[in-house]
Amino acid sequence: MSEQNQAVHDRLAREYSAGFVTEIESETLPPGLDEDVVRAISAKKDEPSWMTDWRLDAFRRWRTMPEPNWAHVSFDPIDFEAISYFSAPRNKPKSLDEVDPELLRTYDKLGIPLHEREALAGVEKPQIAVDAVFDSVSIATTFKERLRDAGVIFCSIAEAMRDHPELVRKYLGTVVPVSDNFYAALNSAVFSDGSFVYVPKHTRCPMELSTYFRINAENTGQFERTLIVADEGSYVSYLEGCTAPMRDETQLHAAVVELVALEDAEIKYSTVQNWYPGDEQGRGGIYNFVTKRGACVGARSKISWTQVETGSAITWKYPSVVLRGDDSIGEFYSVALTHNAQQADTGTKMLHIGRNTKSTIVSKGISAGRSQNAYRGRVRMNPGATGARNHTRCDSLLIGDACGAHTFPYIESRNPSAVVEHEATTSKVSDDQLFLCAQRGIDPEKAVSMIVNGFCREVFRELPMEFAVEAGKLLEVSLEGAVG
Amino acid sequence: MLQIENLHVRTDGRDILQGVSLTVERGEVHAVMGPNGSGKSTLANVIAGRPGYEVTEGAVRFDGIDLLALEPEERAHHGVFLAFQYPVEIPGVSNMEFLKAALDSRNAAAGEEELSAIDFMRRARGAADRLDLNPEFLKRGVNEGFSGGEKKRNEILQMLLLEPTLAVLDETDSGLDIDALRIVAAGVNAYASPDNAVVLVTHYQRLLDHIVPDYVHVLVDGRIARTGDKALALELESNGYGWLADPAS
Repeated sequence: MSEQNQAVHDRLAREYSAGFVTEIESETLPPGLDEDVVRAISAKKDEPSWMTDWRLDAFRRWRTMPEPNWAHVSFDPIDFEAISYFSAPRNKPKSLDEVDPELLRTYDKLGIPLHEREALAGVEKPQIAVDAVFDSVSIATTFKERLRDAGVIFCSIAEAMRDHPELVRKYLGTVVPVSDNFYAALNSAVFSDGSFVYVPKHTRCPMELSTYFRINAENTGQFERTLIVADEGSYVSYLEGCTAPMRDETQLHAAVVELVALEDAEIKYSTVQNWYPGDEQGRGGIYNFVTKRGACVGARSKISWTQVETGSAITWKYPSVVLRGDDSIGEFYSVALTHNAQQADTGTKMLHIGRNTKSTIVSKGISAGRSQNAYRGRVRMNPGATGARNHTRCDSLLIGDACGAHTFPYIESRNPSAVVEHEATTSKVSDDQLFLCAQRGIDPEKAVSMIVNGFCREVFRELPMEFAVEAGKLLEVSLEGAVG
Repeated sequence: MLQIENLHVRTDGRDILQGVSLTVERGEVHAVMGPNGSGKSTLANVIAGRPGYEVTEGAVRFDGIDLLALEPEERAHHGVFLAFQYPVEIPGVSNMEFLKAALDSRNAAAGEEELSAIDFMRRARGAADRLDLNPEFLKRGVNEGFSGGEKKRNEILQMLLLEPTLAVLDETDSGLDIDALRIVAAGVNAYASPDNAVVLVTHYQRLLDHIVPDYVHVLVDGRIARTGDKALALELESNGYGWLADPAS
């Protein structure tokens, strides 16, 4: 590596601190996808035959489906035969104590505590239970026992299929059907792990739950599946984080997240997505093609999505809420930042079915460098959605003059009593703002990060405290070099 | 402290300043007056280093340093402060956060320790109190939804906290009612000391009823047409600027 390349490399490494690779022995299926691969994945997980059939059904449907091409992004066709659909560390631990120290170090380096000691010792620090997913498998879940005492089930979805098959079978695929879309069908066929949460009736989950996704292996896709069920009158707050090493090749991440909120239940789902975004020229990075949807099944239930998206080369993601129960509430708070050659097409869908359902959408898009950032949102008021209301606010902030911000709102109202409001603004980080900051002694990088943080305030305050701080720092790092 | 020599400045393809020379020493209050378009604000902006102005000739030195060679934030770190004529909004960034960031960066540049949150709050509240601003004001976004008068008082609040050695106030009196004008003037008077200097850029004499300048300079067509004391300002008040444009008078 020449001296200059080294300098560039160092700079990139500084910008994306999660970009390291863990040297660990893995068991990886050869690239390519057919029914045998689907069966092999199912067999590796010791799945019941109904699950294998479910996967095969998904696979057959997927083969007939076209890839979606309506998003405002462009990329070379993905060669699905070049991807490996399963990779797992060879030594599967049976308990936390048996987890490979190399893996523990990986999560330590990422700032994710995979041990319960520290959290137990610290009284002030809020406790967070973590499910750590490394490539295709969950390697550890912390605080399981404490949660079990409260009746909360928190484990990998593979374990849930073994220990709670009735719950998985009842809810899996009910919010995102197998054939919902191309990537969801692919996920249904090959998903390897993910998290499962069940909060029983009238239970407030005693701690924040979180899943930390890490892609490590090369040429591997990550297809995790998350299912969260909040039974009547329960509450759970769930956090999700993700990182991947820096590589010149792109990698596919096609996850599915399903949330089910029964009567009077509330689910709060927060994401800080920091997949490797690719380099300045747009080489490498994660294709983040994710289907996230929640169903407010019961009356007065509530689902709230908060996302901070700074990573990925391409983001295609629309966390949505189906408002079936009367008086149910759906929320979507989003910060999507794109820099360099990143592309994002993200937003939400709010489908109002029940009476007096309410939804709120607050989207903050920030574009820098040569990036393209699109908000795409659909609000539909069904004929039965009497008294339903939606309020959408969609703000775009541009940094520099080579980037793009786009808004694609779709509004359908089939009930005359429903109210839909849409506000949108586009602004720039102005020279006057930067000069005001400079005149007060604040350097341009700090000024931009302060201005951007201010722009995102409404969304950040929806995040759990420690995540909000993290998100602020992440924006600062992601914006490095945005002002020249 | 501040030496401006034969300063020529171009902006938007027009020569605005055409040979301004001015010396300001510590302990002095200067007023720069003049009709619209005479170059008053340009002078203030060039001292602070606002982009978009081209210095074609001349020099500006600040305690012997070539001020024009410094970035705007470096000038601020050296103690140059500009109270803006039109303060901009920074939505979502609280006044408090902004002030703390400004103070922290100044202290960092001076190699001083960062002020603790408690000490900072005490000082910020004290400064707000002196300007008759509700402490709630500190929690609002920078200039976000502020009235014209509040914006101007906010500029003075920043000056009181940052304690510059040279404060240039660009039309701080415009948009203020008489009560606000008195409060702002009292703030500036309390701040002015033998260790610092104030340059008031103003169109009207009325500010000078409250802040008495040691020198009054009249800028006409990019040049200082006359320098005097407070009496000159009163003369302008009754005769206007027209008589100065004609060199024969």
